[in-house]
Amino acid sequence: MGEFKVNDKDIVVPGEVLVTGMDYLPAGGAFRDNDEVVASQVGIVNLSGRLIKVVPLNWRYSPKRGDIVIGKVADISLSNWFVDFGYPNYGAIPLKDGSSDYIPRGADLTQYYSHGDYVVAQITKVSKSKQIDLTMKGPGLRKLSPGRIINVNPAKIPRIIGKQGSMVSMIKQMTDCKVIAGQNGFIWISGFEHNKEKVAVEAVIMVEKKAHIEGLTDQVKAFIEKELGGTKIDKKN
Amino acid sequence: MKRSWEGLKLIKRIDGRKFDELRPIEAETGVIPRADGSARFKIGNTEAIAAVYGPRGLYPKFLQSQEGAILRCYYNMMSFSGSGERVRPGPSRRSKEINLITEKALFPVLDLSEFPGSTVEVYIELLQTDAGTRCAGINAAAMALADAGFQMRDIVSAVSIGRIGNQIVADLNNEEEHHEQGSTDIPIAMLPRTGEISLFQMDGFIKQNEIQEVLKTAKKAIIQIAKVQQEALKLRYKK
Amino acid sequence: MKTITVTHVLASLEKDIRFDGRKFDEFRKIEVQYGISKKSAEGSARVKIGDTEVVAGVKMEIGKPFPDNPDEGTIMANVELLPLSSPDFETGPPDIKSIELARAVIDRGIRESKTLDFKKLCIKKGEKVWMIYIDAYSINDAGNLADAMGIAALAALQDAKFPKYDEKSERIVYDEKTKKKLDLSQLPIPVTVIKIKGKYLLDPSLEEEKAKEARLTITTVDNGDIVAFQKGGNGTLTEEDILKMVELSTKKGKEIRKLLKNEK
Repeated sequence: MGEFKVNDKDIVVPGEVLVTGMDYLPAGGAFRDNDEVVASQVGIVNLSGRLIKVVPLNWRYSPKRGDIVIGKVADISLSNWFVDFGYPNYGAIPLKDGSSDYIPRGADLTQYYSHGDYVVAQITKVSKSKQIDLTMKGPGLRKLSPGRIINVNPAKIPRIIGKQGSMVSMIKQMTDCKVIAGQNGFIWISGFEHNKEKVAVEAVIMVEKKAHIEGLTDQVKAFIEKELGGTKIDKKN
Repeated sequence: MKRSWEGLKLIKRIDGRKFDELRPIEAETGVIPRADGSARFKIGNTEAIAAVYGPRGLYPKFLQSQEGAILRCYYNMMSFSGSGERVRPGPSRRSKEINLITEKALFPVLDLSEFPGSTVEVYIELLQTDAGTRCAGINAAAMALADAGFQMRDIVSAVSIGRIGNQIVADLNNEEEHHEQGSTDIPIAMLPRTGEISLFQMDGFIKQNEIQEVLKTAKKAIIQIAKVQQEALKLRYKK
Repeated sequence: MKTITVTHVLASLEKDIRFDGRKFDEFRKIEVQYGISKKSAEGSARVKIGDTEVVAGVKMEIGKPFPDNPDEGTIMANVELLPLSSPDFETGPPDIKSIELARAVIDRGIRESKTLDFKKLCIKKGEKVWMIYIDAYSINDAGNLADAMGIAALAALQDAKFPKYDEKSERIVYDEKTKKKLDLSQLPIPVTVIKIKGKYLLDPSLEEEKAKEARLTITTVDNGDIVAFQKGGNGTLTEEDILKMVELSTKKGKEIRKLLKNEK
């Protein structure tokens, strides 16, 4: 027979006791210490059946297989590109995964991606010592064209993308911009019209700041409408 | 050897505080946008800011550990932060000692196993000092680490417990540290939830039968400080 | 090899647009706070330009004057680009960037504007003079640290009050401050202008700084006289560039000076 010390949707901090007793299982930023479930990160309580989860409001990105990440080509060897995606170790793209096209041995790797290029890649392997392999083969994976790279809190990426991509799609559509969000917290934004691109950036940052608020989708929609005039007539800018 | 002022009873503290009363505290997080996590902690006139960067690359390679990220703390006093002459810029023996004890104070709560071969760096700057600086630094650093989203099994809270004459007091200020009746300074850092102690130092002396009172006074002060730190961490998200 | 962000900044500028929508000569919001370290510093200030934040403090000591100026006090400026303020700064002694900021932006402006009467800082000719130290630190780097440093140093000097000097013991009593201020006769304001593809931008953001061809930091005083120039960046400037940049800097300097006068 345990006792709740917090409510669903409360904001909790490391060391805060969530519930006593053995009835609940910790998840996310929570852990069990004997007969207490304790928060290990700043986050929001989410109660679901027997699970007491803390959804962290910020985390340090930890690469996982399958993650889509955005990074910059930092180094090139004879048979690998090395990508800096904000993690202590670079990700390696081996020759065979560099492109859907066949790349012959001995080819000049800089012809495909060179130093300073930003790419969107997918993680294929994370070894025990956190050596990371990436691939450029897959839908949407490519070298990025000129645009802005902004760095957001990686914990906010799910909210920025939205359920089944709903939030990011809305921003893209309303601002005529291309937006790609990497799980590592890097986001690429590129628009044809610069004032609309600025609004797209501001909308993304707004989601980052207010990720924990309900009704955010409507707020963001209203913000973009207000900034861009909302009508289809004014396309001259 | 009897000290000349032993047995002198402290009637009142210089600034009128009760013996277990802390100076006013201000705390906030997210004060340095470019950092991964940051915080400001002010107690009385002592003000510290801390920024966390990491995990990031650590070189030379031989310093890396496959068990997890290495924590490094850098404590510095701004040249205009001392109460007398200008503080000469650059590391000193004292600041290097404080780097080490700060690392030891924070390490026990952190789980850095997800980031082998890397480092997490905490930079602490003092803008103004009036005793209790290493503790203020630890308090700011702990908030900054939590702000950055590192996994921590508890926050870390620190306070300087003092002994003036025969009296155990909480949160010494500079005047008290140099009290004519002589004073002892005991910086202590604790995990508020479990009561575990991660920093325990002393400059001065105490009697055997005073240790318990020191720890009891510390625990009470730590709980108060932890509350302020926790509120500061939550405040960012309350709007 | 231009990065995609630099390429993008350049493309926007061709359309006469800055990333954050500012006009070319528009500064982000400037905030000045005085006395942020009242208990320890003789004078102190915090300056924010947008998200860029700098703190500065003044400490006064007494020492021997330089032999060729036996009746004049001294001033020394020190800048630290703290690793606290950016992932790009490292620990260690001040690097060339910090030294440039200290000497060319802060020190030169104060000295050449003659804002301080160094003779007034003399206590006993040839033996004792006041030595003024200004230390400025970056707290958050979001671009244009140069102007933030210059303004913060100036604000700290405005804020400064002499500590009590006990003539009998010949020592400074730091925790007793007098009401005597430093009496700045001028307010030398540095304003940095960067040049990109023939366009001049004030208050560059981080991305704009990376995209710049050249920069010129110009320090002007109340009557429009110029007291310091410092060019940076790998590109070159034409005569026309310099004239135009001076005009922009002087105009903006006047506005910022008003801000400092009003705040105090």
